Amino acid sequence: MKDTNKLIELKGISVSFDGEKILDELDLSIGNGEFVTLLGASGCGKTTTLRIIAGFLEPDEGEVYFDSQLINGVPPHKRKVNTIFQRYALFPHYNVFDNIAYGLKVRHLPKAEIKERVNEMLKLVNLEGFGHRRVSKLSGGQQQRVAIARALINHPQVLLLDEPLAALDLKLRKDMQKELKNIQKALGITFIFVTHDQEEALSMSDTVIVMDGGKIQQIGSPTDIYNEPVNAFVADFIGESNIIDGVMPCNYRAQFAGHTFDCLDSGFEPNEPVDIVIRPEDVDIVPPSNGMLTGVVTSVTFLGVHYEIIVDICGFKWMIQTTDFCGEGETVGLSIDPDAIHVMKKSEYSGRYGDYSSFSEEMDTISDAAEEEEDD
Amino acid sequence: MTDKAKRISANKRKGKSVGAALLNIPYMVWAMIFIIVPMFIVAFYAFTDADGAFTLENFKQLGEYRDNIADSFIYAFIATVITLLLAYPFAYFVTKCKESTQKIIMMLVMVPLWMNLLILTYSIMNIIEANGIINNFLQMLGLERLQMINTPGAVILGMIYNYFPYMVLPLVSVMSKIDNSLLEAASDLGSNAVSRFVRVILPLSVPGIVSGVTMVFVPSVSTFYISQKLGGSSVNMIGDIIESLINKVATRHVGAMLALVLMVIILVCIMLMNRFSDDDEGGMIV
Repeated sequence: MKDTNKLIELKGISVSFDGEKILDELDLSIGNGEFVTLLGASGCGKTTTLRIIAGFLEPDEGEVYFDSQLINGVPPHKRKVNTIFQRYALFPHYNVFDNIAYGLKVRHLPKAEIKERVNEMLKLVNLEGFGHRRVSKLSGGQQQRVAIARALINHPQVLLLDEPLAALDLKLRKDMQKELKNIQKALGITFIFVTHDQEEALSMSDTVIVMDGGKIQQIGSPTDIYNEPVNAFVADFIGESNIIDGVMPCNYRAQFAGHTFDCLDSGFEPNEPVDIVIRPEDVDIVPPSNGMLTGVVTSVTFLGVHYEIIVDICGFKWMIQTTDFCGEGETVGLSIDPDAIHVMKKSEYSGRYGDYSSFSEEMDTISDAAEEEEDD
Repeated sequence: MTDKAKRISANKRKGKSVGAALLNIPYMVWAMIFIIVPMFIVAFYAFTDADGAFTLENFKQLGEYRDNIADSFIYAFIATVITLLLAYPFAYFVTKCKESTQKIIMMLVMVPLWMNLLILTYSIMNIIEANGIINNFLQMLGLERLQMINTPGAVILGMIYNYFPYMVLPLVSVMSKIDNSLLEAASDLGSNAVSRFVRVILPLSVPGIVSGVTMVFVPSVSTFYISQKLGGSSVNMIGDIIESLINKVATRHVGAMLALVLMVIILVCIMLMNRFSDDDEGGMIV
């Protein structure tokens, strides 16, 4: 019997370029009809993983299975996957119609059928009447749609999308996110989506695969990834988090920042050192006398829906989102509910993330800009 | 952009264009003196007799040279086709090489351009003449000597040898601009190597083919000297005939007429050729 939950399987995939390991014994299986996102920063290996599935790149080691068939060495044109490229890669010498018809013309289908299917696709991506336009005369969003139509016309079982929205402006990107999600639902095929934008990953995917350093850090639903990150890297990469050094004296008790808290986590050795994740929105500001912890507000930023304040607690700076105004220099109390505390095992990423002492708006923009350079 | 910013940049552009026009003056003068004026002189001679009076008599002699013109076009055509067939795969291979290798190969292609055409032609003669390198080698092997020099084949060889770089350069420059992701997209959509070549690489290299063909065909048609040295009496290229006609005062006007006719035919050829290439793709040299 065919296992429908494993359309694509990667086993022990390793890839190196010029002696640098890009993928390190990666194992991954992707189910049929899923919207899967490979999420990670520049150089984490997500695009390489996609290229291996598409067949543009052969892994140095490891096996690739498609529908339980080993497809190592099968050239891209014989694989039942289609790709949407980062910069669309539309053929400049063809008009919109001929670009979309490409896959069908290569297979020498009858002209009438090609015409019918292309028109169907033009309709699907809202480009009716654009058939005779030159692709160079289209806007970025329209080129994107042509790329989608050109890939989907071949009825692939899997659509690979390599940062397809990176070149669009914010508003268009939001619209295309919805549209892609709708197309995926309507066609019921597998989408494997590569992005460095965590918000995009959370809002579109059934399954998110967080990658770093050529390895998968975590696989899970968007809520799992956000609420139950496995290590400091994932916690930091997905959303904002305070990551504090702590100890588990026993199950359901976590000790950090000089206080022992009730929590919901168990399964650790007595007195095991751990990383504690607390999301900025899960902390309540209370009068100092009622607080489990007290700290001094060192900066306040108004963000519309809430304030983002940085609170210094015993030298560790926490980010807290609150709707109550606190003045800079004020001493505040913090209260944390047991379900707001997430305990993680120590990992190689411990101590590298989650402290807001160097936090400023300016630093944030700089690191964002660096991420935009992605894979160039 | 705001309206104000638009106005400012428009003004800047205007200022720039005045400056640009001034900078253009030396080139315009140069073009006038060395391109436009000589063409008028040729046209003037073609339409006048020895006394400088207007006449169409010269054109009546065109028929005598019809075969030479036809031969020249045929030889040039053969040479251009062979050059294209040799240069296209070569250029493709070059663009697939590492960048450092590419530089070395392209330099080797260019080396003959740094040398005088006469010397190059003499060296070809050395290789293919009756007592040349090839024939000596054949004799060493106990084979028969070949008659290579003083044949139309030798003239075509000379053309190919001399104009090969002019075909390779535009081809390499156009092919290296073809984005690799287009080839990946083509194979992703079901194209094998042959179909990738026919549907993507070939159509995208048309502008390079057109400029390469133009740059080889035009000088080949009007070739002279090479054809005398390599072809001997077996070929009479129109270029050589024009040269000998113009060198004699009595026939100067007929020579000018032939030059003018040749120029018009070539112009028509170029215009026809350019219709093959997309106007806005760039890469055009002529």
